[in-house]
Amino acid sequence: MGLLARAPAGDLAALWAEAGLSPAFAWARAPEFGGVMVRGRAGGTGAPFNLGEMTVTRCALTLEEGGAVGHACVAGRDREKARIAALCDALMQTAAAEEVRARILTPLAARMAQARRARAAKAAATKVDFFTMVRGEN
Amino acid sequence: MYVAVKGGERAIENAHAWLAEERRGDTSVPELSVAQIREQMGLAVARVMAEGSLYDPDLAALAIKQARGDLIEAVFLIRAYRTTLPRFGASRPIETADMACKRRVSATFKDAPGGQVLGPTFDYTHRLLDFALAAEGEVPPAPQAEPAEGPVPHITGFLNREGLIQQERPSEETPPDLTRQPLETPADRSLRLQALARGDEGFILGLGYSTQRGYAKNHAFVGELRIGDVEVEFDIPELGFAVTIAEIEVTECETVNQFKGSKLEPPQFTRGYGLTFGMAERKAISMALVDRAMRWRELGEDYVGAPAQDEEFVLYHCDSIQATGFVEHIKLPHYVDFQAELELVRRMRREAAEAQAAAGAAAMKEAAE
Repeated sequence: MGLLARAPAGDLAALWAEAGLSPAFAWARAPEFGGVMVRGRAGGTGAPFNLGEMTVTRCALTLEEGGAVGHACVAGRDREKARIAALCDALMQTAAAEEVRARILTPLAARMAQARRARAAKAAATKVDFFTMVRGEN
Repeated sequence: MYVAVKGGERAIENAHAWLAEERRGDTSVPELSVAQIREQMGLAVARVMAEGSLYDPDLAALAIKQARGDLIEAVFLIRAYRTTLPRFGASRPIETADMACKRRVSATFKDAPGGQVLGPTFDYTHRLLDFALAAEGEVPPAPQAEPAEGPVPHITGFLNREGLIQQERPSEETPPDLTRQPLETPADRSLRLQALARGDEGFILGLGYSTQRGYAKNHAFVGELRIGDVEVEFDIPELGFAVTIAEIEVTECETVNQFKGSKLEPPQFTRGYGLTFGMAERKAISMALVDRAMRWRELGEDYVGAPAQDEEFVLYHCDSIQATGFVEHIKLPHYVDFQAELELVRRMRREAAEAQAAAGAAAMKEAAE
């Protein structure tokens, strides 16, 4: 669920479309927008405080075949992303789990890891190398 | 006498229509898309999210477009939208120690593990206008280097080990929320941090600057400034466990301040803390300075009457929406209030004139006698 929530909506939608899965389902909770209060800690490690809210979309659904229940709670206001994430979550509890993993989750994780690596590599290129100047006199 | 009137609907409608036209500007120039604002005005988006107290880059970009670039107006739009959202709950506190940093610098330790990572910064630019940006063109990709593996620990952790810095006391208490209960002073630190995090950058900057110039002086170093992505974990009640629902970008600043000790604490370094949504280091540094100044009571320092120490002054004036609401409302019709004042001034003048006339008459009479 964490992977699906963090995934860029465009990548998830594209992989979902490529996988060609379209199981019948019924909404247990149709996608709805809401807010989650994000907390931080004083000094990074101390007492919690309320930093500010973020928008989220959540939904729950039941697959008609087998009755597996899928949940999603994703950042932003994106009903379609929440629907696909909940469907993946439900399918992961069925015989289609391997297919979902191979065709959606694994490539998604790879793309995200690549983006993360590229960012870390750019940051690494801005790391300061200190060198000490030789002092004069002798 | 005052007669109640209503009207102006047509004038208002037409004013708003003209506003829409002005917002669009010269139609021979292509219109800005919300995605363009989100991607290319990222720091404005960050500020609107931080002060609007709602992390949603798309909404913040839309608000900036609607507000014609007036960021306080954009914050107002976001705050108004925020109130329409049902609150699903609160996240677990974000773990900034696990941040995927794109920038991380320390002014106190040159050789900190993880190193000094400048990231995409304005620092060390010459602040010369770059006329090349006036022409459209592709930007070459940024250089890459082999990223170092391993954690990037908080710098204050090193001082903690030696006991040279005041410790933060971890707790799992539910913090007060000024969006749910009215803000009252004295406010505890968590409430102050919430207010500062959504406070106006300019106001917090000015107050932070005042602490450096000698008002509630606390000579501060930036122990650490880090910007990057952190995961947000949220307990899903139906599932009974927490899941990651997002990665958000935040800026964190920890200041390390000289402290000669007090009746309550031994000589040691003390800390100020700043945390904001998005990339907003000016705000985070300023917030840390003001946070430190307001901690005088818990650290047993003297209250010297400095504005940044006065939590009632800071907390009740740092919110740009409250401030602009009250400041700007005086331009709206106050016909009844003003009519009353007009009556009052006229009466006072009449009474003063009558009193003067009476005094004059009495003096004349006295002189005549």
